[in-house]
Amino acid sequence: MSVEHAAVEVHHKESFLTKYIFSTDHKTIARQYLITGIIWGVIGMILSWFMRLQLAYPNQPMPFLEKILGRWAEGGILKPEFYVALITMHGTIMVFFLLTAGLSGTFSNYLIPLQIGARDMAFPVLNMLSYWVFFAASVVMLISFFVQTGPAGAGWTMYPPLSAIKSAIPGADVGATLWLISMGLFIVSSLLGALNYITTTLNYRTKGMSMWRLPITVWGMFVTAILGLLSFPVLLAGAVMLIFDREFGTSFFVPGGLVVGGQPVPHEGGNPILWQHLFWFLGHPEVYIVLLPAVSLVGEILATNARKPLFAYKVSVGALIGIGALSMIVWGHHMYVSGMNPILGEVFVITTLAISFPTAILIFNYLVTIWRGNLRLTPGMLFALGFLGLFIPGALTGAFLATAPVDIQLHDTYFVVAHFHFTMATAAAFGMFAGVYHWFPKMFGRMMNDKLGKIHFWGTFIGVYLIFFPMFFQGIAGVPRRYYSFTEYNFTSQFVGLNKFITIAAFVAGATQLIFLFNFFWSMFKGPKADKNPWKANTLEWQTDSPPPHGNWGPELPVVYRGPYEYSVPGAEEDYIPQTVPIKVEAK
Amino acid sequence: MIKKSVSLLLLALVVSLSFGQNATLKGVVKFKGEAPKPRLISMKADRQCDAMHGGKPVEAEDVVVNQNGTLKWVFVYVKEGVKGKYNPPAEPVVLDQQGCWYHPHVFGIMVGQKLEVRNSDPLLHNIHAMPKKNKPFNIGQPVKGMKSYYTFTVPEVMVPFKCDVHPWMSAYAGVLDHPFFSVTGDKGEFEIKNLPPGTYTIEAWHAKLGTQVQTITVKAGETKTIEFTFERKK
Amino acid sequence: MSEKQSKFHGLLFLFFFITGMILSVWVVLRNGWWLPELASDRETIDKIFVTIFIIAGILFILSELSLSFFVLKYSGDPNRRAFYLPGNTKKEILWSILPGTLVVIILEISAEFLGGASLWGRIYGEVPKDAFLVEITGEQFAWNVRYPGPDGKFGKTDPKLISTDNPLGIDISDEAAKDDIVFPAGQGILYLPLNRPVVFLIRSKDVIHSPYLPNFRVKQDAVPGMTTRTWFVPKKEGEFELACAELCGLGHYRMKLPVVVEPAEKVEEWLREQTPAADLYY
Ligand code: HEM
Ligand SMILES: [Cu+2]
Ligand SMILES: [Cu+2]
Repeated sequence: MSVEHAAVEVHHKESFLTKYIFSTDHKTIARQYLITGIIWGVIGMILSWFMRLQLAYPNQPMPFLEKILGRWAEGGILKPEFYVALITMHGTIMVFFLLTAGLSGTFSNYLIPLQIGARDMAFPVLNMLSYWVFFAASVVMLISFFVQTGPAGAGWTMYPPLSAIKSAIPGADVGATLWLISMGLFIVSSLLGALNYITTTLNYRTKGMSMWRLPITVWGMFVTAILGLLSFPVLLAGAVMLIFDREFGTSFFVPGGLVVGGQPVPHEGGNPILWQHLFWFLGHPEVYIVLLPAVSLVGEILATNARKPLFAYKVSVGALIGIGALSMIVWGHHMYVSGMNPILGEVFVITTLAISFPTAILIFNYLVTIWRGNLRLTPGMLFALGFLGLFIPGALTGAFLATAPVDIQLHDTYFVVAHFHFTMATAAAFGMFAGVYHWFPKMFGRMMNDKLGKIHFWGTFIGVYLIFFPMFFQGIAGVPRRYYSFTEYNFTSQFVGLNKFITIAAFVAGATQLIFLFNFFWSMFKGPKADKNPWKANTLEWQTDSPPPHGNWGPELPVVYRGPYEYSVPGAEEDYIPQTVPIKVEAK
Repeated sequence: MIKKSVSLLLLALVVSLSFGQNATLKGVVKFKGEAPKPRLISMKADRQCDAMHGGKPVEAEDVVVNQNGTLKWVFVYVKEGVKGKYNPPAEPVVLDQQGCWYHPHVFGIMVGQKLEVRNSDPLLHNIHAMPKKNKPFNIGQPVKGMKSYYTFTVPEVMVPFKCDVHPWMSAYAGVLDHPFFSVTGDKGEFEIKNLPPGTYTIEAWHAKLGTQVQTITVKAGETKTIEFTFERKK
Repeated sequence: MSEKQSKFHGLLFLFFFITGMILSVWVVLRNGWWLPELASDRETIDKIFVTIFIIAGILFILSELSLSFFVLKYSGDPNRRAFYLPGNTKKEILWSILPGTLVVIILEISAEFLGGASLWGRIYGEVPKDAFLVEITGEQFAWNVRYPGPDGKFGKTDPKLISTDNPLGIDISDEAAKDDIVFPAGQGILYLPLNRPVVFLIRSKDVIHSPYLPNFRVKQDAVPGMTTRTWFVPKKEGEFELACAELCGLGHYRMKLPVVVEPAEKVEEWLREQTPAADLYY
């Protein structure tokens, strides 16, 4: 094994630094994103455990908490202000650092050049910069855990004035400043990435790779990049304005005449709802920025492992584009009861209804793709199926929240927590897991363990249902979200027992992730070597070595002759025909 | 080692000698005019707090006129004229939250001295201190028996405390870098001991009725009596 | 396809969803985990909710079961080939668009037809003339309550006048303010008249809050710098709870206001007994 390693190293003469750290190779950058993302995922999950402990055992001293968290859990009891910081950091980390950077960063970087037959990204140095700016954002966010007043604490949505007035909550002090700086850096990194993904997809396709021959993954990443490019700058502007309000006395978001902690606040003339518009103008596309890459990875994995063409490929691509486009005009459905003009509310009901069309179409197409297939149930495939299994309840419950009058009751309750954990959070995480299991052989040249992968799948899938499904009923009964404990109201205290159950499920599901971590890192070094094309897939990346050499292809770029999903074509010898196989003029 | 302890002994001697010759300042704070009706605080919205007071409203402590016509909760302190450095005592000042109420309403504390904020109620309080010169803090104490500690770094009169969970709860701390302060109680009396001879500006501070100053001179060993009189502002 | 695939996963999917569904129904029914008891005139919300719940429930069962069934039925077999669908025939396109469209139409349009849009219009439209007015002002972490008094008008407020004595900053020189009845934050509970339209005028002194009355199906953010409004008719006597639904800080989880609904005359009588602002704010 070590001999083989040496051989690889001789192959490209690069120093350790340029090969592994400041690499401009899209494959290395992808792996950097993946590993950073996994680290963030672990942190985000651990934060959720602290929240779950508090919700399960409110007001009960847990001395070990004080050992871990120090002054945030004096006497073993979590501080309410720290609970708020926990939800804020958990949400931010999971949405942005794991499922935006970790997911798009990994798979857009890895798959776009490989699946379109390019040697690298259009701007490799920019690509490297994108990772390192993201890294800087990560460092700033991490530092915020260690400041005196604690990390940001106003929810991942950071609504002012709570996030704008430093004395309103400890988490609005230095922590919020660091949050804003970190997000600023994060957005810069995303924009650099998006520019690259778009340019590369448009200009670096190899011969024969027309847009309609692109695998659905590339389409997904491409639409995602455009969405990011259009919406992230708005949040960047919002973040800068908020920094100005906080540090330089402007009043974009803070109206006059406020009194906090008994003291008047020296601001006037701002409007807090403005932030909500700016935030959700990014925030809603953002959930699709999280979701679309996952959806497209899942589509690819389903088709490959069902050994069937993706059903109605062009319609599915159209649906992706439709979702992307419509996602820019539905942000107001987060604001039905915000005090926004109620007529606007009606408009957003209609756009939100509209976006459920392409979504329903896409999911239906995926179901038909596995219908009458010949399913190979690899861990990657199971996670892709699990994605569907989770996304379905998520999407269906969206129908409740889209209907403005019903949202009056359900807005900001646990119903919403359950809804977005199904649709966006765990579904996208399943897409990411599916992608990791599926492309691991290509990325690291080794196979992951199949058994462990399947155990990981079932533990996680069942765990997620046990954690989040009961939350729908908590929400229906009216329990508001972001509550430090359920003990204070009659209508919430009935769930104190159920909370214990959910918390146990969260720990079991969490422990299952250790199996994944072990499998991932162990297989990276010790897994059996992977073939070029272990899944017998059609797309280009499987036609080169595992892992692909620097420059991806040999001296010649691959040439594409057909679409990506020619599986089980009647009359063909094998049940797959790679895109590089020329079309034979068949003698009749 | 020996040298050190000898010099310490000497120092102690000097200090005790000089204390022996220090002056005491005492007096009362009077209230002129008709005592205002106390503001009543009903804790109806928080059932637990309400129950602790038997469902009855509690009188606010903003203006408390004692039976003898004196004023409670006046912070009397030496504003100017103190020379030398004074070390804070080791024992903390305690601010207790009991019955959804701060005890005491007004207190003095030295720079560097520990403030212990205690929750004696089985419910959430948060201590929201809004000083101008010191670092503000805001901390939740969700369960009974919790204690938090703070120290102030610069003198500041006064630092307001508020519980945002129970907006009626309010307390004030006078932070000084010397021990020459006193708070009037049920008899409206104050007493400042061990004041070295000299000329001082004395200020009396009241949360609602403002401040008053007097300049005094005390001689060694003297006990001086002064008086402040507050009036309702129109 | 070289290896035969185990049926285990398909079976487990089926088993998981079927037992899961049965168990959830059983647990939910047993514990009565449902919408809190309705106490206002907003029954349309419940009607739409239940309709969507039934349709979405059926769709959920159908799609999860077919997913599970597909995994079981079509698990790989080296002796078989997948059914080939070329991908882009007209028929396929039609088939892919049709079901999705249908689902959406059934699910959402039917919901709207049940009166969603008109309820929305009513809530945010004109308020009834004889309505009972209450002003609710959030502050960390309690609610100030103000009734307009006999004149039915709220007096002017000015943030500059805010003090511990005058938490809302009422300008007592304003005639309309003199008879206002004020309960400073945390010091009052909310009395509402039975069967009479109640209008909430909602404000905030510091950050965003959101008064939420689960039993009344009412929620409307309290936005600093503006006054928002909502109205409804209490239909049940008794004690209820008002919670805060928008994260407002460390005490958000217990920013509670007890609500009592009593016959209108009783509420009026109780209001007459209260001290008006003019006698409180000197
Ligand atoms: C390990 C499994 C997870 C558990 C146990 C978990 C648990 C929780 C809990 C307890 C809350 C706070 C609910 C509240 O108090 O309102 C929460 C909020 C949230 N979670 Fe998760 N979560 C998990 C995974 C994820 C993932 C993968 C994402 C990815 C997007 C995510 C995104 C969020 C967001 C955006 C919030 C809202 C934060 C806010 O209210 O500001 N979670 N989660
Ligand atoms: Cu309190
Ligand atoms: Cu709140």
